[in-house]
Amino acid sequence: MIKHITLPLTRELSKTLHAGDTVYLTGDIYTSRDAGHKRMCETLAKGEKLPFDPMDATIYYVGPTPAKPGQVIGSAGPTTSGRMDAYAPTMISVGARGMIGKGARQPDVVEAIKKYDGVYFGAIGGAGALLAKCIKKLEPIAYEDLGAEALCRLYVEEMPLVVVIDCEGNNLYEDGKNAYLKSRK
Amino acid sequence: MREISVKTLIDVVEKLCIDANQYLPEDVKKAIKTCRACEDWDIAAGVLDNIIENFEIAEREDVPICQDTGMACVFLEIGQDVHLVDGDLTEAINEGVRRGYEKGFLRKSVVKDPVRRGNTGDNTPALIYTEIVPGDQVKITVGPKGFGSENMSALRMFKPSAGLQGIKDFILETVSAAGPNPCPPVVVGVGIGGSFDKAALLAKKALMRDLDSSNPDPYYADLEKEMLEKINLLGIGPQGFGGKTTAIGVNIETMPTHIAGMPCAININCHVTRHKTEVV
Repeated sequence: MIKHITLPLTRELSKTLHAGDTVYLTGDIYTSRDAGHKRMCETLAKGEKLPFDPMDATIYYVGPTPAKPGQVIGSAGPTTSGRMDAYAPTMISVGARGMIGKGARQPDVVEAIKKYDGVYFGAIGGAGALLAKCIKKLEPIAYEDLGAEALCRLYVEEMPLVVVIDCEGNNLYEDGKNAYLKSRK
Repeated sequence: MREISVKTLIDVVEKLCIDANQYLPEDVKKAIKTCRACEDWDIAAGVLDNIIENFEIAEREDVPICQDTGMACVFLEIGQDVHLVDGDLTEAINEGVRRGYEKGFLRKSVVKDPVRRGNTGDNTPALIYTEIVPGDQVKITVGPKGFGSENMSALRMFKPSAGLQGIKDFILETVSAAGPNPCPPVVVGVGIGGSFDKAALLAKKALMRDLDSSNPDPYYADLEKEMLEKINLLGIGPQGFGGKTTAIGVNIETMPTHIAGMPCAININCHVTRHKTEVV
């Protein structure tokens, strides 16, 4: 199904999404990769607050290219999500139930998605020029010393995504392949 | 002896870094479009349309095709009748990369230490591969290599008894295990023979070869075709969402090896397989 959704990603909204849905997403999302996740989890471990409110938030695993003059952001496609697997269950447990990336997730991430009604969206890896078009605003929030890995708030409009793992644990990487192979028999 | 100033190479490398990251090679564009025409699975066709739209935007607006503008792999074929003057060759190549990644608004993705990390801030050092060849020219190829796909690569030291079947199984196993991670549809570079290190280098070189070319040995040309067909029966599809188009090309390079061994390396690249060459 094709769905147009507006953030924040509440539990109720999350429950309406199913693996394989094409989603056009509008609203504020947060950028973070390996180094940023490490810092956020260290902050949480110390009992301190994150630089943004994680409740119902969506994190985009991205490290964009520098913006050219006149651009909001440079090319900005997803990075491989598996590198954030060590941190994702912690982030989901504090409310950041939406994730945008590409590639497979570990079983404990899927368990956290099920437990907290999360959603894992896939953006098209390698389509950084196309995805940048949906990003209308960029506001650095923290960790600016990390360069391309800094924590930023992005306002996106109609960002094209596919639901890869839904809150019931259905996984398009398995189901999509199986459905295709079954259709060839 | 022909003298070439390394300063000339700085300018060439700078331009190749920018161009390679903005303009997908014609052979890769053609391969993606051919696959799109053959793709009959809806979600897969949609992804391929987006991939085509993406490289067209990059070309039209002079922006990077992908945000992972890679480590700069720089292949130098230096004619043995060339005398490089005016400075250090390695420093000149790195200066070209430094300027290209700055002027081209490309992402700096290199850390100075593999364990302790720390971004170098200018995407240097480049990965430089030098070869001395006959002639009085210098051929420079820049192939920015992203690491989403690099991380899914593999190398195995086979016993010779594993034979061709061992190689075929290893290729399918590696692409299957990679699944959605390397941004399929992928290009598969295979290096067979040599030694532990040479097999890996052959695999990397295989990724620099045009997709509309074949291995000159018909035995391996047939293997390239066969493996592309078999990979495209795996069902992984573009982005791993399911579909026919899991790979757009398989390039195989080989060399002689030891009586006791059959090394095989598989270097995976994404659909943004970039390379650009200039001869000085």
